[in-house]
Amino acid sequence: MLAVTVLSLCIAIVIGVGLYIKASPILHEKSLFNLLGNSHWRPFKGEFGFYPFIMGTLWVTGIAILLSLPVSLLTAIYISEYADKRIRRAVNPMLDILSGIPPVVYGVWGVVVIVPMVADHIAPHFVDFSTGYSVLTGGIVLAIMITPLLISIFDEIFFTVPKELRDASLSLGATQWQTIKFIILRKALPGIVAAVVLAISRAFGETIAVLMVCGNIPIVPKSIFDAGYPLPALIANNYGEMMSMPMYESALMLAALILFVIILFFNAISRVVLIRIEKQFHL
Amino acid sequence: MFLLNDIGRIKSFIKSGIANILPETGKQSRIILNERSFVNGVKHFQMPEKTHISVRDLNLYIQNNHILKNINLDIPDKKITCIIGPSGCGKTTLLKTFNRLFESSADIKISGEVLVDGENIHGNKVEVTHIRKKMGLLSQKPCPLPMSIFDNIAYGCRIHGIRDKKQVKGIVEHYLKAAGLWDEVKDRLNTPAARLSIGQQQRLCLARGLAVEPAIILGDEATSALDPISSKHIEELFVGLKSQYTIVLVTHILRQAYRIADYIIFMYLGEIIEHGPAEKVLNNPQEKLTKEYLAGIFS
Amino acid sequence: MKKIIEEKVFKVLMIITTLVILSFLFFIFIAILRRGIPAMSWDMISKIPGGGFYIGKEGGLLNAIVGSIYIVLGSTILGMLISIPIVIYINVYLPSRSALASAVRLSFDVLFGVPSIVYGAFGFTIMVFLGLKTSLLGGIIAVSMLIVPILVRSMDEVARVMPRDMLDAAYSLGATKYETIKVVLRQIAPGIATAVMLSIGRAIGDAASVLFTAGYTDSIPTSLNQPAATLPLAIFFQLSSPVEQVQDRAYAAAFILTMIVLALSFGARYFSRKFSKNKI
Repeated sequence: MLAVTVLSLCIAIVIGVGLYIKASPILHEKSLFNLLGNSHWRPFKGEFGFYPFIMGTLWVTGIAILLSLPVSLLTAIYISEYADKRIRRAVNPMLDILSGIPPVVYGVWGVVVIVPMVADHIAPHFVDFSTGYSVLTGGIVLAIMITPLLISIFDEIFFTVPKELRDASLSLGATQWQTIKFIILRKALPGIVAAVVLAISRAFGETIAVLMVCGNIPIVPKSIFDAGYPLPALIANNYGEMMSMPMYESALMLAALILFVIILFFNAISRVVLIRIEKQFHL
Repeated sequence: MFLLNDIGRIKSFIKSGIANILPETGKQSRIILNERSFVNGVKHFQMPEKTHISVRDLNLYIQNNHILKNINLDIPDKKITCIIGPSGCGKTTLLKTFNRLFESSADIKISGEVLVDGENIHGNKVEVTHIRKKMGLLSQKPCPLPMSIFDNIAYGCRIHGIRDKKQVKGIVEHYLKAAGLWDEVKDRLNTPAARLSIGQQQRLCLARGLAVEPAIILGDEATSALDPISSKHIEELFVGLKSQYTIVLVTHILRQAYRIADYIIFMYLGEIIEHGPAEKVLNNPQEKLTKEYLAGIFS
Repeated sequence: MKKIIEEKVFKVLMIITTLVILSFLFFIFIAILRRGIPAMSWDMISKIPGGGFYIGKEGGLLNAIVGSIYIVLGSTILGMLISIPIVIYINVYLPSRSALASAVRLSFDVLFGVPSIVYGAFGFTIMVFLGLKTSLLGGIIAVSMLIVPILVRSMDEVARVMPRDMLDAAYSLGATKYETIKVVLRQIAPGIATAVMLSIGRAIGDAASVLFTAGYTDSIPTSLNQPAATLPLAIFFQLSSPVEQVQDRAYAAAFILTMIVLALSFGARYFSRKFSKNKI
């Protein structure tokens, strides 16, 4: 048993190393800076610029967080502070169900509902033409996917704020909203930040749902109605042709490695941020 | 000397609202009952002083358990009233009906009236935060807000719309002094309140409660969690404050009631057993249960 | 009064957002049901794709259904074989504040957040390393890697709250380490059940990890070395077809998948509720 445990410690390292080994051919050919900054992706010419994909990922994730955070926060506050027991009991299973729906089903729904919605109803107000397959669509679908996660974590966090604190604030004559605004959110801040970071990690790595709706064109998105091509979609779409061109495989492995490193990075950041916020806000 | 069954008979006479009775005790103290004190046929001391809080027929049910039963009492103005009784008898619950801290629970049913300055605070049209502002609550466990010392006191100003920085500063200093904490913390107003010792935290909570300028201070076992020196501090503060505020304290420390109470209410299992001026109740209790409690037969 | 107005405004906002989220749930459901149910037929779940399946002719999804079941079954068994010893080890053998235990927990926390596509890519490299082609075995390996952190984390949560006194009580009765383990297992059994259901739910719906590793095929795999079809991939591939009927089948597959996942999630809730009732 000891052996299995110790081995499991190594898995994270092994994955990192394994991907690195596979990605090394391309890393030896070109500098990392070149790879990350180059906007051209032409595998058959040997040009592997990851910049569009990184930007695509950032755009989609950014939109998702922007849409999801306020909605999740407000809903979580309502469910945990205002709603009575029956509403809570009804809503929680529904959120569970939402979070359990497989991503591919979200993708299907995104194609059927959101893509036309964006193409026909939203985009015409802003741009001349949009197919509907855009980073906005990807962002919307992702936002709905991460919202139940955020809500349930927020709910748990609010639950940990002690009742005495709420009572103390209410006894001073504060309204419930004031109590939430000044006391509860303050006390819950580290947890909220950690939850957001968790959600960002999930959004970064979500492959199939986004892939189905974001357009898959390797350009740097200039507006939310442009198509995008996030990193996971890149890997997923091209694995079939991987073997056909030199260094294509190692380029895709590099993409996987980049993703892996970003997730690790976020994990580390969230821990540091948690500690700092606790110190700073007198918690 | 009263015999136990005499008390019983007289009680039932009074309940049926029949007569003025002048019982005699061996010590020549008289319990005078007159018409004014028959409220729904329940025995009732007439307040020689002004009443700040009046409770009429208060009944409270938590999840269908009858927690407070037919509470009727008057709390005198600008005096220290101590509610005493064994654990679980409803003291804290009664206190919480004064500042309506029960709002969130759906399982609570309340009937009856609590009149503060003549106004029923449980009425439908009453604004809750306004009531709570009138009552300052000091809990058993000091609960500093997750902010600096300064912000803790200033919180009251913030929620009631006082923004002028100078004014806020003045309020903070004034009430920290009133709580006897100013000298100890004046150099570190911006440090987290959580770093204070527990006695200091309780004084901070007192200052914080005073800063919203209540008329009544409610204390729920306010010194139970403190060491003797801090307890003494807080008790002295209460004695000092009673000239400006009506103070209602729940305590299970009998000695504390002996030390500082002006008026005593003794509760048992959700009912008021006896109430009256402290010297009377503590030195010459009328009810058997009161005598037993004071003698330490149960606590 | 300003503060009262502010509260009312936010309260309204909050109710709106809650309703919006819940309505999305219904939208998704209705969309899937509306096109999925009409496309469902007995054939769907009992036949493998026939010759012209992808251009609209007969056949069903049995390949994907069975493939998914095989992969999930295999990876759950493999996953449990790996994760249960780990959880037992950190909670029974190691003292509660051990550095090794914290390191392991941290490492699995990290692995928990790794996206499934990375597991797919890594699984692919392992397969190439071992000389495997896209196959059932490859799929099982990749999905196992995906679910082990989920299993370990869920079971660990449950095992951590187990009172140490119980262990001490067992030892003081003269139990050997093995017998104590049996006691522990019985205590956390509902927790194991919940963890397993959660991970099955995740595994069966995940497309990225099986994309490179299990491949896709029209037939039912008869050995570990043959490629296997999975429901998520079935949905994905069929949706891209221009033929309307094939698209309908994608919805049918989505419907089946969703129903399975729902059943699992209700099962998980039921078990976790049962667990909290029997908590010591």
